[in-house]
Amino acid sequence: MKIKSQKDFWSGIMFIVVGLGFAWGATNYSMGSSARPGPGYFPLGLGFLLAFLGALVVFQSLTIDTRDGDPIGPWPFKQAVIILGAVALFGLTIPRLGMAVALPLLIGISSLASGEFHWKEVLVNVVVLTVGCWLIFIKGLGLTIPLWPTFITG
Amino acid sequence: MDLFNNLAIGFGAAFTLQNLLYAFGGAVLGTLIGVLPGLGPVATIAMLLPSIYALDATPALIMLAGIYYGSQYGGSTTAILINVPGESASVVTAIDGYQMARKGRAGAALAAAGLGSFFAGSVATMVVAAFAPPLTELAFKFGPAEYFSLMVVGLIGAVVLASGSLVKAIAMILLGLLLGQINTDVISGVPRYSFDVPELTDGIGFVAIAMGIFGFGEIIANLGRPAEHREVFTKDVRGLWPTRQDFKDMAPAVLRGTTLGSILGVLPGGGALLASFAAYTLEKKSKGRPDEVPFGQGNIRGVAGPESANNAGAQTSFIPMLTLGIPPNAVMALMVGAMTIKGIQPGPQVMTSNPELFWGLIASMWVGNLMLIVLNLPLIGIWIKLLTVPYRFLFPAILAFCCIGLYTLNNNNFDVYMAVLFGLVGLAFYKLGCEPAPLLLGFILGPMMEENLRRALLLSRGDWTTFLTRPLSAALLIAAVLMIVVVSLPSIKAKREEAFQED
Repeated sequence: MKIKSQKDFWSGIMFIVVGLGFAWGATNYSMGSSARPGPGYFPLGLGFLLAFLGALVVFQSLTIDTRDGDPIGPWPFKQAVIILGAVALFGLTIPRLGMAVALPLLIGISSLASGEFHWKEVLVNVVVLTVGCWLIFIKGLGLTIPLWPTFITG
Repeated sequence: MDLFNNLAIGFGAAFTLQNLLYAFGGAVLGTLIGVLPGLGPVATIAMLLPSIYALDATPALIMLAGIYYGSQYGGSTTAILINVPGESASVVTAIDGYQMARKGRAGAALAAAGLGSFFAGSVATMVVAAFAPPLTELAFKFGPAEYFSLMVVGLIGAVVLASGSLVKAIAMILLGLLLGQINTDVISGVPRYSFDVPELTDGIGFVAIAMGIFGFGEIIANLGRPAEHREVFTKDVRGLWPTRQDFKDMAPAVLRGTTLGSILGVLPGGGALLASFAAYTLEKKSKGRPDEVPFGQGNIRGVAGPESANNAGAQTSFIPMLTLGIPPNAVMALMVGAMTIKGIQPGPQVMTSNPELFWGLIASMWVGNLMLIVLNLPLIGIWIKLLTVPYRFLFPAILAFCCIGLYTLNNNNFDVYMAVLFGLVGLAFYKLGCEPAPLLLGFILGPMMEENLRRALLLSRGDWTTFLTRPLSAALLIAAVLMIVVVSLPSIKAKREEAFQED
């Protein structure tokens, strides 16, 4: 059997897996009866419904012709790793090292994801954005965000 | 007259210095993100949600609303000047607007968009003020069964009018509903799908989902595309005022666009995007002067109609959110979230329990529109300059704001990690051609839907037919089924695909 739409085929599979996953998880909770629905009642039904729709999407992807087979195309792995990695690093550093370290790291690293990287530009961007965020969020809105590393402030 | 009394309360609330400032702030920010391609109102409002903790409810909502309709103004600027719609609702504006700019008539096009939007915004404000109270009355008659059916209609309506595969869109709603199940069950107190992670027992923060999918996901997708070449017609913007003939041409288009936009905005799934597409189609079908410029080559009606419609639609889409607590689109879903953050349960009781918020928000829309016309026409030069800022400066700024917002949400880095996860999920959706907006709607409505379903079943002693024997509920469910059937009819299906091919 030939897959006629790659995109639909894989999204259908995704829906089936997630739907069945939730339905299986729901069996850990009390089902109740329809007169007294328990915590597992709604997610079980939804999970099966999602899996059913997923199967429908898969069926369509195998039967309905598309012009070019709907290829998924290349994934922007490099950009995804850099951007999400930079954000995760921010999450890791902000409580311990504060905004003064975490933000420049985030901005500097994420700038690598753009095709054009110029040291001077990135440096300017880092300074402007870090000072700007400090002014807006800490000075202006009075949010409690650590500014300096804990080993400095004690 | 109740309407005038109510509006008086509203204007009283909107005309305090603080609220005027926040309306202005929202309008400026909205224009800004409207002008900048690659940053939409959904991501921006999600980004700002954490910062509204410091504000009162009324100024916070006034500002967020300003961002939404402000972005409709700003989006037209980029569409006309560089043929890149800054906002998805401005896609059709680019067709004729850009051609006008190429012919040296950018000023007239911008004025047509601005004046049309202002007129539409003023009318739509009155529509919201007039229709909100009767709908609220109706909503009070709703029991849990009716609410559940209403949410079904709302969710189905939100997807039948959108582009793309219907089955996939409904599956995305279900996925959103399921993600909403990760929480502590309200009735039994049992934590569900938390895998013993304490943060998950409160549910996933919807800011983390919105930012991950709409913020990070979009940045990655934008960076993955080759850089586009932009041609900016900045030098040609002179002579802003349209000619007398222009006025004659655009007046009926503005009227038609406003009417259509006001109606479509109220429908579930409606709002700015649908309104502008429909208005452009309507303008193409209606007859103009015999010697007018053909459509697609710079017809002023092709700018005035859709621009009026998208602004009217953006504003009337507040009606279902304000009166029923049911968001018709992703932006309204975020507004519901914002109200919840401020401790206001969205629904029909908002009008009576928080009249200042309710009417102040409505009055602020008119005030905001007035500010926007000033911001956008005389000060157009400033926004044009912004267009020259390259994306490589922009996206680190968006990331920085998102990250700080995520962290301050609960002063916890857990939300940052969740957003990273949803960034990956968003990228997968993008690559698989799954539209993420229905997921957000499902996620917001999920807990409400479950509660109403379970209460309805409890009241009917487990009898599922309660949804069909109660007339209002039955009518709503039939409407939902009809919508699916109508859209699935082969003839309509072809038309629907055609309508969205035009961009």
